[in-house]
Amino acid sequence: MRIFIEAVGIAGPGLNGWREARAVLSGAASHVHADTTIAPILLLPPAERRRAGAVVRLAVGVGLDALAEAGRPAAEMATVFASSGSDGETIHQMLSVLTTDPRAMSPTRFHNSVHNAPSGYWAVATGSREPSTSLCAFDDSFLAGLVDATAQSITEARPVTLIAYDMPYPPPLHQSRPIVGAFAVALVLVANDHARTIGCLDIGAPGNDRSDHPTPTPMSVPALEHLRAGNPAARCLPLLARMARGEAGHVLLNGAAGSTLDIHFSPRGTS
Amino acid sequence: MFPLTLGHACIVSAIGEGQAATVSALRAGTSGLAPCRLQSVDLPIWVGEIPALDDLRLDPQFAGFDCRNNRLAELALRQDGFLAAASAAVARHGADRIGLFLGTSTSGIQQAEHAYRARDRLTGELPGWFDYARTQSTYSLARYLRARLGVVGPSMVVSCACASTAKAFANAARMIAAGRCDAAIVGGADSLCLTTLYGFQSLQLNAEGPCRPFDIARSGISIGEAAGFVLLENPSTDWTSAELDVRILGIGESNDAHHMSSPHPEGAGALLAMQRALAAAGLRADEIDYVNLHGTATRAGDDAEDRAVFALFGDRTHVGSTKGHTGHTLGAAGIVEAIIAMLSIRHGLRPGSPCTQRLDPSLRSRYAIAPTATPIARVMSNSFGFGGNNCSLILGGR
Repeated sequence: MRIFIEAVGIAGPGLNGWREARAVLSGAASHVHADTTIAPILLLPPAERRRAGAVVRLAVGVGLDALAEAGRPAAEMATVFASSGSDGETIHQMLSVLTTDPRAMSPTRFHNSVHNAPSGYWAVATGSREPSTSLCAFDDSFLAGLVDATAQSITEARPVTLIAYDMPYPPPLHQSRPIVGAFAVALVLVANDHARTIGCLDIGAPGNDRSDHPTPTPMSVPALEHLRAGNPAARCLPLLARMARGEAGHVLLNGAAGSTLDIHFSPRGTS
Repeated sequence: MFPLTLGHACIVSAIGEGQAATVSALRAGTSGLAPCRLQSVDLPIWVGEIPALDDLRLDPQFAGFDCRNNRLAELALRQDGFLAAASAAVARHGADRIGLFLGTSTSGIQQAEHAYRARDRLTGELPGWFDYARTQSTYSLARYLRARLGVVGPSMVVSCACASTAKAFANAARMIAAGRCDAAIVGGADSLCLTTLYGFQSLQLNAEGPCRPFDIARSGISIGEAAGFVLLENPSTDWTSAELDVRILGIGESNDAHHMSSPHPEGAGALLAMQRALAAAGLRADEIDYVNLHGTATRAGDDAEDRAVFALFGDRTHVGSTKGHTGHTLGAAGIVEAIIAMLSIRHGLRPGSPCTQRLDPSLRSRYAIAPTATPIARVMSNSFGFGGNNCSLILGGR
């Protein structure tokens, strides 16, 4: 499958915004740790703005950044949200309340606990009635989201924005499911090339579990490799690094059950 | 992208294990709802419980997956010859050419509820037996089916609250159309847990007594647990078997863009999803014989859906909700009702609404309380969820 990329949104430790991240990932600037920027969603009405948790703000924020960069109205955009764990803080609070007597659950916390909460807030913020799906493939959630969004864009001939995001769980869930850093990425995907695309991805045939498994492409900077290996959404980093360098070539991303999937990036004008 | 053959299917819900038991209950108008007996639940609610899950054991090699949700998935897989059908599909297509597109809302979170009650008093740590990846994780269901069925194609779990397993059909259809797989296993499971029982209670959406869709005295939902799976293939694959007589003709998705947990009051997003499904199928509204509603029996939800359905179908088309049979099975509602739609077509049966007594006169769609034997060629099945997700499926006979 071939898909063209119009714009990137990104938020991560020392990777806040595509301009900063592009400099770091291309090697033009060194990576300096800084907390992930998680801003309020100004498009939301005040009540919803207060209810939107950090995961929602992280995911919606990178999506809006990418669409602003692409110059596309969010209201007309189909979306795919991909995450392993969604809102761990809310889930922890809810599980804690359920051990008490009475089990005084908060209605806001309950509706924020659904896996598709960022997608729901996104629709309220942008007014988009276009299809939006929310999926999970554990550590491989970014890749599953990329393949799903690409298939949707190609088969339905429409632009689709992929938003992948994951944040650490608080203790004690963190010990059972350690996730590194707060990281989110958004890619605006279109099926046909035009003057404003960054380049295209050729997504290889599905990997299978029978052959030898080449290891996924690592990051050369240790802090970024730590992030890539530890946050499901950050599995995209080797791909973003190619895009930042504007350099054609292959990357191998983790697929399900130890397999890898080959993705080839071609900068605009070279494919 | 359409049609797609919806062939082998398995189902389990509070009205029975397997297709035959499900059809019998639909014909007889039997409700699977009963007062909640789940341990330690002190709510005056009715639920659609499957007691067999308490004693069900997974094969020892899959013991790490043990939780109520994966037991529920396992119970469904054991029905209707599905395991053999899945093996045959693996032999026919190759394990890497079959995708898994599953849905759930809460997955195995009940296991985390247990683990939180067993936290170490001093350190707060969770007990050593707790296995996040294989139970609580939203992806646990797909991980279990991969291991259980030996399917290694593309896999994902869609978690769009109560629209999850309806929307999973759309993911599967796109991936088959894009050539990423040749066949797909679509479906999912959602099991009873404190999270949803107390969560819906906090939103004041649980009914007193059994849920009564479209009733003037309806007061909310009754949560049920259920699982179902279907094998979805291109019609070119094998279109001769009498069992493979139902197809997915179209799917429509939309979002309300209104509120996290309340439907758009006019049903604007629901209407859009139904219109998109008709457009994808190339059908007019009057070519649909029966609409299986989302119809959860909340005041606002039934009202909004009625407005949208009436705007599209007027009072000509028969509509109904089967939530009074199964309860609202949350993330599994899409697959349960897709299979009920398939059974309606195959058996010439329009289901009724067992707990509904007196229809709300302010709702204008043609709602049927009694089950009726009648030929049915095409069914629309609606599933809507938190976060404003709407999905309509259209199924049709040969």
